Amino acid sequence: MALTQEEILADLAEIVEEVAGVDKDDVQMDKSFTGDLDVDSLTMVEVVVAAEEKFGVKIPDDAVKDLSTVGDAVGYIQKNQA
Amino acid sequence: MTARKSVVVTGVGATTPLGGDAASFWDGLLAGRSGVRDLTEDWAEALPVRFAARVAVEPSAHLKPVEMRRLDRSAQFALIAAREAWKDAGFEGKFAEPNRLGVMVGSGIGGVTTLLNAYDDLIHKGPRAVGPRTVPMLMPNSPAAYVGLEFDARAGVHAPVSACATGAEAVGHAIEMIRSGRADVVLAGGTEAAIHPLPIAAFANMMAMSKRNDDPQHASRPFDVGRDGFVLGEGCGILVLESAEHAAARGARVYAEAAGVGFSADSHDIAQPEPDGRGVAEALAFALEDAELSAGDVKHLNAHATSTPRGDLAEVMAFRKILGSAAEDVAISATKSMHGHLLGGTGAIESVATVLALHHRQAPPTINIETLDPEVTLDIVRDKPRALPEGQIAALNDSFGFGGHNVVVAFRSV
Repeated sequence: MALTQEEILADLAEIVEEVAGVDKDDVQMDKSFTGDLDVDSLTMVEVVVAAEEKFGVKIPDDAVKDLSTVGDAVGYIQKNQA
Repeated sequence: MTARKSVVVTGVGATTPLGGDAASFWDGLLAGRSGVRDLTEDWAEALPVRFAARVAVEPSAHLKPVEMRRLDRSAQFALIAAREAWKDAGFEGKFAEPNRLGVMVGSGIGGVTTLLNAYDDLIHKGPRAVGPRTVPMLMPNSPAAYVGLEFDARAGVHAPVSACATGAEAVGHAIEMIRSGRADVVLAGGTEAAIHPLPIAAFANMMAMSKRNDDPQHASRPFDVGRDGFVLGEGCGILVLESAEHAAARGARVYAEAAGVGFSADSHDIAQPEPDGRGVAEALAFALEDAELSAGDVKHLNAHATSTPRGDLAEVMAFRKILGSAAEDVAISATKSMHGHLLGGTGAIESVATVLALHHRQAPPTINIETLDPEVTLDIVRDKPRALPEGQIAALNDSFGFGGHNVVVAFRSV
């Protein structure tokens, strides 16, 4: 069953909170991972692996490059979810 | 010639089997408590040794979830103890002059549980399951690096390794780092978290560990005739070492002077101590010389004494040889009888105990001596703490590691 954008955002926010210690309320669509949320490249890999598991999507390394904002990630997951 | 810089101890922190901070650690030592417990995990059942001295607190009660996630257990202990020591020294937040702050924190084996758990993930779930933080977590310099990051240490972050001598070695090198002028303040110590089937099986199969499974709390019995090996412990000790000048300028409370250090190497065997204590004696002599102490100044020794048949004796012989008749006036405490052997962390928590002994003028007891080994003809403080003499006195902490590494750190009362 396809998740809505809000549902994906909520789940992704929980992942970012667990993996990066960022308050999940700060994980909003317009926020940039590196700039606003202080998510460095190592942490980003952890976010991606957790997201792949949670949403059943594959996020190849060269796709990760284009995921600058939370919105980019939500959009990618929504488009590619099983 | 300029006078050599004096180094003092201005803060202590400890995450140990007797208590999760220096105060409860010290209370536990004075009370003669044992931090040894049965291992109740399923994996312990098949092991030849089924008890150990686990840290008395849950790191998760003292660290944020993201810190728990990113740090191996050995680094968790180090961060908790370092924060305590820093605050104890009267510092808050990052150091005002980062280029004058150093870290010297070692570990015998580093992030061994992270390594072994990651291996399990690799085998059962494949390469993708090996997290990107695995390397920073398992590397033995991780505790030192995280402590450095916490307080913004830029003078140098170092992680000496010498097995069971690690913690004392770190204190020794920290003294030298300050004397050389490279730093004004150094966080020094050692940490270990190796309570896991593999290290236990390995140590047990070397015949180095006590197998007293039916009576764990009496298994660590240095200097007793029935001693049969060491008891594994985990934890971390951190001392804030500071140049006396820097401490005085900011009105810091000083616990004791870190008067000097002696190093030597046995060059005898990869695991057995040189039986005549030749290397130990050399390190003792160097420490006294470096600290400008005469044998008669020394009133307390926190012995390495791991509760092995051979090691305990070699140390006693060397001590007698170097101090001569003055050895009889030294109150000797083998605190591993209570907290076990913390491997890379032991020399550090024992340095904390030595400093607190001088500060409080009390030598902690050695517990579990039912029958003192007749070859131990020195003054062992047994069962109850003992008051130390008035006036200016010195205390030594000695630590020896597999590989023949010998370190003796000398402290002087203030």
